[in-house]
Amino acid sequence: MTLKKLTFGLGAAAMMASVTAVDVAVAADQLFIPGLVYRTGAYAPNGVPFANGFKDYITLINERDGGVNGVKLVYEECETGYNTKVGVECYEKMKSKNPVVVIPNSTGITYQLIPKTAVDKIPLLTIGYGRTSAAVGSVFPWVFNYPATYWSQATAVIRYIGNQAGGMDKLKGQKIAHIYHNSAYGKEANPTLKVLAKKYGFKLTLLAVDHPGQEQKATWLQIRRKKPNWIFMSGWGVMNQVAIKEAAANNFPMDHFIGNWWSGSENDVVPAGMGANGYKSATFHPAGSDTKMHADMRKHVYAKGLGAGKESRIGEVLYLRGMINHALVVEAISRAQKKYSVKVPNGDQMRWSFENLTMKDADWKRLGLTGFPNIDVTCNDHEGAKGVLFQQWDAKNKKWNSVSDWVPVMRDIVRPMMEADAAKYAKENNITPRNCS
Amino acid sequence: MVLFAPILDMVDSPEFFIEVIIGGLVAGVMYSLVALGFVLIFKASSVFNFSQGVLALFAALTLVGLMDGTVPILLIDSGFPLPAWAAIIVTGLVMVGLAFLIERIVLRPLVNQDPIILFMSTIGLAFVLEGFGDILWGSEVKALDVGIPTGNFLIGEIQLQVFDMWAAGIAAFMVLVLAVFFQKTRLGRALRAVADDHQAALSVGIPLRNIWIVVWAVAGFVALVAGIMWGSSSGVQFSLSLIALKALPVLILGGFTSVPGAIVGGLIIGVGEKVAEVYWGPMVNGAIENWFAYVLALVFLLFRPQGLFGDKIIERV
Repeated sequence: MTLKKLTFGLGAAAMMASVTAVDVAVAADQLFIPGLVYRTGAYAPNGVPFANGFKDYITLINERDGGVNGVKLVYEECETGYNTKVGVECYEKMKSKNPVVVIPNSTGITYQLIPKTAVDKIPLLTIGYGRTSAAVGSVFPWVFNYPATYWSQATAVIRYIGNQAGGMDKLKGQKIAHIYHNSAYGKEANPTLKVLAKKYGFKLTLLAVDHPGQEQKATWLQIRRKKPNWIFMSGWGVMNQVAIKEAAANNFPMDHFIGNWWSGSENDVVPAGMGANGYKSATFHPAGSDTKMHADMRKHVYAKGLGAGKESRIGEVLYLRGMINHALVVEAISRAQKKYSVKVPNGDQMRWSFENLTMKDADWKRLGLTGFPNIDVTCNDHEGAKGVLFQQWDAKNKKWNSVSDWVPVMRDIVRPMMEADAAKYAKENNITPRNCS
Repeated sequence: MVLFAPILDMVDSPEFFIEVIIGGLVAGVMYSLVALGFVLIFKASSVFNFSQGVLALFAALTLVGLMDGTVPILLIDSGFPLPAWAAIIVTGLVMVGLAFLIERIVLRPLVNQDPIILFMSTIGLAFVLEGFGDILWGSEVKALDVGIPTGNFLIGEIQLQVFDMWAAGIAAFMVLVLAVFFQKTRLGRALRAVADDHQAALSVGIPLRNIWIVVWAVAGFVALVAGIMWGSSSGVQFSLSLIALKALPVLILGGFTSVPGAIVGGLIIGVGEKVAEVYWGPMVNGAIENWFAYVLALVFLLFRPQGLFGDKIIERV
C-alpha cells in the first residue's frame, strides 16, 4: 500500500467516524426532540435565528431546570436547507429515536409529513404555518397548528384594513393586491382572500413571485399600473427585502403595505434602511426582548457561553418564534408527564397533551412571557384562533411596535372552508373522521 | 383572440408599455453583469464556471464585512470599518488572491483534462466557497450601501429609478473596459489565444497558468461589481448565489464566448420576460418569467445553435 493510499484510507475512516459522532444517542429515560432546521442555503438568514431559538430553549430548560421535571432533553439538528425532500429524509432518519414531537419548520415539509406522522403516531406541531385545514382535528388528529392559520390570518388582515379604512363597508371598491411567494406556503391565503373579496366587494389582484424573489421588476410594474390601495404580502427570505425596497423606491405608502407574519422580521426590513419605516406586518405574538424568558436566557445560557448565536440577536422576532415553539413543546411534555405519571411520554400521550394544551395569561406568565394569545384547542379545533396582532417597523430605532389590539379572525368564514377542505382530504385518503362530539 | 388582447393593451397604453420595456432593459443589464463573468472564464479556458454566482456572493460578503468592520470567523466588531472605496479595493485584492488559490489548488492539477472535469471541479468550488463565506462572514442578511443614489424620477408618465440608471451606466462602462482589454491589450490578446487553442498558445510561449490567474481575477472583479449591484438592491445574503440562474438563459441566447452577446442577450431576456410576465402572465396566474426566459433562449437556439454572437465551431472529420 502506498503512502498516498494509506493517507486517503485514514482520511476516509476519520470522516466516517466523525459522521457517526454527529448522530446523537438517546437513552430510554431522555426526551428526544429533533430539530429540522436550515442554517444553509438561500433561506439561511431566516433559518438561523429560528434554529438558534430552538436550540437555546432546550439548553435553557436543561441548564436552569435540569430538564423537564428532571428528565433531560436531547436535541439533534438535521439540516434541511428548506428543501422538502431533504426534510422528509431528516424525519425518516430521526423517527426511530422516539421523538416526542416533530416540528417541520416548512409548509412544504409539513404537507409531506402529515400522512407519515399519523402512521408513526408522532405529533406534528406547525405553529403559524403548514396546512390550514389540518386545524380540523377529527380528520387530522396528529397535527396542531395553533395559535392561528394562514386563512385566519388573511381574515384578520382584511378586517384590519377595513378598520383602517373606516369600517368593513368601506372596503367596497378598494383595491388590494396580494404579493405571494409562488409556493405551497405563499398560495395558502389566496382562497380565503377570494372569498373575502366577493363578500366585501374589494378588487383583489394576485401577484406571484417565483423563488427566491431576488428580482421583482415585473411585479412592481403591475403594482404601478393597478395602483392598489393596500398591499398584503406572503413572502419569505429575500423576496421580502426586495419587495420592501421596491415599495419604497416606488413611493408606495409603507403604512398601507402589510406583510404576513413570515414577512415581518428584522431581516425583512433592515436592508431597506429608512425606506422600510412604517411597514406593517401581522404577528401572533408581541415583539421585544424585555421578558423574563429573555432574562433567563441571558443568565442561564449566554452568560455560560452556551448560546447558539449572538446574545445581541435574542430579541429578534424569528428567534423568539423558535423559543415559543419549544416552550409549547416543553409545556406539553410536562402536562403529559403529570397526566400519565411517566417520565418519557409516548406519541399517544403527547398527542393528548397537545390537544388539551390550554394556555392562559397565567400560563404564559409562568413561562416568562406576557401579552401572548390565549390558546384553547379542542378535539375538533386544533387551531383555536382568536386574533392577530399588527406591528409596525420603526426604522430609526430599529424595532417593531404593536399598532393594534388583537384583531379577531373571521371564524365564521374560514371554519366552513377548513371543514370542506378536510372532508375532501379525508375522502381522497380513505380516512374516517373520528367522533369529536 | 385572448392571446392577442395584451397586444391591444400595449397599443392602448404606450407609456406603460415603454415603462415595461425600460424595466426589462434594466433587469437585463443586471443579468448581463452576472453573465459577463461566465463568458470571461469560458472564453479564456473553455470552462463553464458553475461557481460564478458564488463568487459574486463571496465578493459581496467580503465587501460588506470590511465596510462593517467585522472580524472574520469571530464575527465581532473590530471597530475599524473601512470606507466604501477602500473596502472595494481590498475586496478586489481578495478576489485576485482567490483567483491565485483557485488556479493553484483546483485548476493546475486538472490541466489537459476534459472540460467536463473542469466543470465538475467548479461545482465543488461553488459549495466550498459558499461554506467558506459562511464561516468567514456569517449567514445573516447584511445591508449594503456603497453610496449608489436611490429614488426615482418621471419623464412624462414614465417612472425611472435612479439606481437602475446607475446599474445601466456601470454595466456599459464595464463592457467598454472589457472590450478594450480583450481587443487592444497584449494580455487580452493572449487570453483570446488561450481560448482558441491551449496547446498552440503554450507553443508560442504564452504562460497558461498565469493567464488562468488573470482571467479568474478579472472574473472575480466582475463578480464583485455584480455582487455590489445585486447586494445593494436586495441586501447581501446567501440567495445572492442564485443570480447565476438568471444568467443561464442569457448565455444560451448570447453565446458563451461573446462579451457583446452577454449584454445583448441580457437585454433581450430582460425585456422578453418582463413583457411576457406583465401582459400574458395574469392569464395563467403569473410567475411565468423565470421559465419564459429559457423558452425565449431555446427559440433562439433553434436558429443559431451557437447563440447570437457565439463562435461557430466547425470540426473536420
